[in-house]
Amino acid sequence: MKIIACIKQVPDSEAKVKADGGQISWGDAPLVINPFDEYAVEGALQQKEATNGTVTAICIGPETAKEALKHALAMGADEAILISDPALNNMDTLGAAKVLASAIQKIGADMIIFGRQTLDNGAGVTPAQTARLTGYPMLGLAGNIKVNERSVIVERVLEEGKQILKANLPAVISVVQSIGEPRYPSFMGIRKASKAEIPVWSLSDLGISAPSEMIKRDELMTPPARETVVEMITGESPAEIAEKLADKIIAEKVL
Amino acid sequence: MKTLVYIDHFKGAVQPSSWEALGVAKKFGSAVAVVFGENANDVAKSAFEHGADEVFVADDSSLKDYLPETYASTLSALASTLNPNLILFPTTARTRELAAMCAVDLNTNVMTDLTGLEANGDSFVATRPIYEAKLFEKVNCVGKPVMATLRGRAFPKPNQETGKSGTITKVDAKGEAKSTVEGYSASESAVNLGDASIIVSGGRGVSNNPSLTPPAGLDEKQAEIWRAQQGFALVTDLAKVLGGAVGASRAAVDAGYIPYSHQVGQTGKVVAPDLYIANGISGAIQHLVGMRNAKVIVAINKDADAPIFKAARYGVVGDLFEIVPALTEAFKKKLGK
Ligand SMILES: Cc1cc2nc3c(=O)[nH]c(=O)nc-3n(C[C@H](O)[C@H](O)[C@H](O)COP(=O)(O)OP(=O)(O)OC[C@H]3O[C@@H](n4cnc5c(N)ncnc54)[C@H](O)[C@@H]3O)c2cc1C
Ligand SMILES: Nc1ncnc2c1ncn2[C@@H]1O[C@H](COP(=O)(O)O)[C@@H](O)[C@H]1O
Repeated sequence: MKIIACIKQVPDSEAKVKADGGQISWGDAPLVINPFDEYAVEGALQQKEATNGTVTAICIGPETAKEALKHALAMGADEAILISDPALNNMDTLGAAKVLASAIQKIGADMIIFGRQTLDNGAGVTPAQTARLTGYPMLGLAGNIKVNERSVIVERVLEEGKQILKANLPAVISVVQSIGEPRYPSFMGIRKASKAEIPVWSLSDLGISAPSEMIKRDELMTPPARETVVEMITGESPAEIAEKLADKIIAEKVL
Repeated sequence: MKTLVYIDHFKGAVQPSSWEALGVAKKFGSAVAVVFGENANDVAKSAFEHGADEVFVADDSSLKDYLPETYASTLSALASTLNPNLILFPTTARTRELAAMCAVDLNTNVMTDLTGLEANGDSFVATRPIYEAKLFEKVNCVGKPVMATLRGRAFPKPNQETGKSGTITKVDAKGEAKSTVEGYSASESAVNLGDASIIVSGGRGVSNNPSLTPPAGLDEKQAEIWRAQQGFALVTDLAKVLGGAVGASRAAVDAGYIPYSHQVGQTGKVVAPDLYIANGISGAIQHLVGMRNAKVIVAINKDADAPIFKAARYGVVGDLFEIVPALTEAFKKKLGK
């Protein structure tokens, strides 16, 4: 079973992200693998073990994104490929999907595993766009994956409960947290990853031209700071505290 | 200006933010609602009552269950015939896939999870949160039609005009399914955090009541879950009195106290209710990014130094097993329930 995990690199969740002269800055906060994509790597590794397969992690991004790929290698991925091209600097989701789709076709895979969404852009549409472009079935928001010969069954986590979907391979799957905690890189994994030479593909290596950008950013805005001052409610007994708190909440007119 | 509005529903239960999308469409001109699947005619009726000028319905047996491929092919074909300026969706798990695929078919792209949308001549300017709402961006789509999914509760809900109706046009289903639905697991009930105006949440603290004696024969882990269930029962009672939904921290989900669909936060749901009551939740950044845009936040926690109090409007330092039931009683009395 050949498995591809699609991962992105993003600023850490703890980063203080700011708009700085029309540019986004996150100070000296580290860049990390998109947390949702750690689950994608975990899901891919589970399937690698279940099917005696291989995992290739791929990422579109700048040279620094090799660190995110190294994290995937350290977790247990077999190989990693960075797709990097200055023409992709302002790529939107459809652009990313076009590039990923052609990389997937070039590499060849039975299962392509995505995260649910990116932490920076947060669109959550790239997996379905990639599925549409490749013509493979889309199995979204899987909390569980089971492969049986040439078919796959996933348990999809929806607002209304779980839906069981079955499709033939190859298939595109996006995963959620219920897939299982991402494993920690092993000592051996870290050593292997630190020595790995990660190939870099450009658009011409993929034989495609730069996808045109459909969604353009006009402006960046910092949300107004919320000045919340907490009011602590105290009292002699739980009943008294509850009484006071209920009055405060009712006075807020949110019920 | 013509807008298509996709009405998202699960077996006839409409995601209320679909109506918010209809309201936005009306602001720009005519609103054409699109309803696929089972019970489509009943849903179409409500669409008229919520402002739709016209409704297109496809209720072919191939659309009985939502599947992204067939739904996308049907919607893309309809959009190609009707030529709308704009296609709107409420933001849900299903519409992110559906809009994504239609954007590929129509050679445009979709702007997701908008909190604002304005017309600008022939085009539109959209506002959306990025970097977990640490920033907002204004974007526009140069492709045609413009496609957008709207964040629940970010736009006003139109008033319902009971009895209003109009013409329903039937459309054919298109496309081929690429997967089959093998079933649904009934163990979980619907959790609609995105649309809830009140959310009462529990964290790891809900299991921390040493005075509760679990039934004999449980091992340590089972006893912890049993205790947590007693805690979540109190949280649920409070949610019921307030007509709200039950949320949870990831620690509570990971420990097996409650299913993942209840999780609020970075890897769960991002919510913005009018009232959020956090019980036994410490207030880690990954939880805060999921709920800090609630209008009024209340925190109940044993630890006076818990970071959740920094995000809260009202705080109580105390044991949730004492405060939560007392609060439920107080509301019962004051709200006349
Ligand atoms: C990549 C990543 C993604 C994450 N995504 C999420 C996410 O989506 N959502 C999320 O919530 N977390 C998320 N987390 C986890 C987050 O960092 C915290 O670990 C988690 O939110 C803690 O949950 P908690 O507050 O319930 O538990 P704890 O931090 O253990 O806090 C329990 C609190 O309960 C209080 N308490 C205990 N007993 C009582 C009592 N009897 N009465 C009152 N108070 C009591 C304690 O004082 C304490 O403050 C994520 C973490 C990572 C690394
Ligand atoms: N630059 C990228 N490189 C590789 N995979 C990506 C990239 N951008 C998005 N993805 C994948 O698509 C998923 C959804 O991204 P998005 O639609 O941007 O929220 C992510 O969780 C990744 O699995």
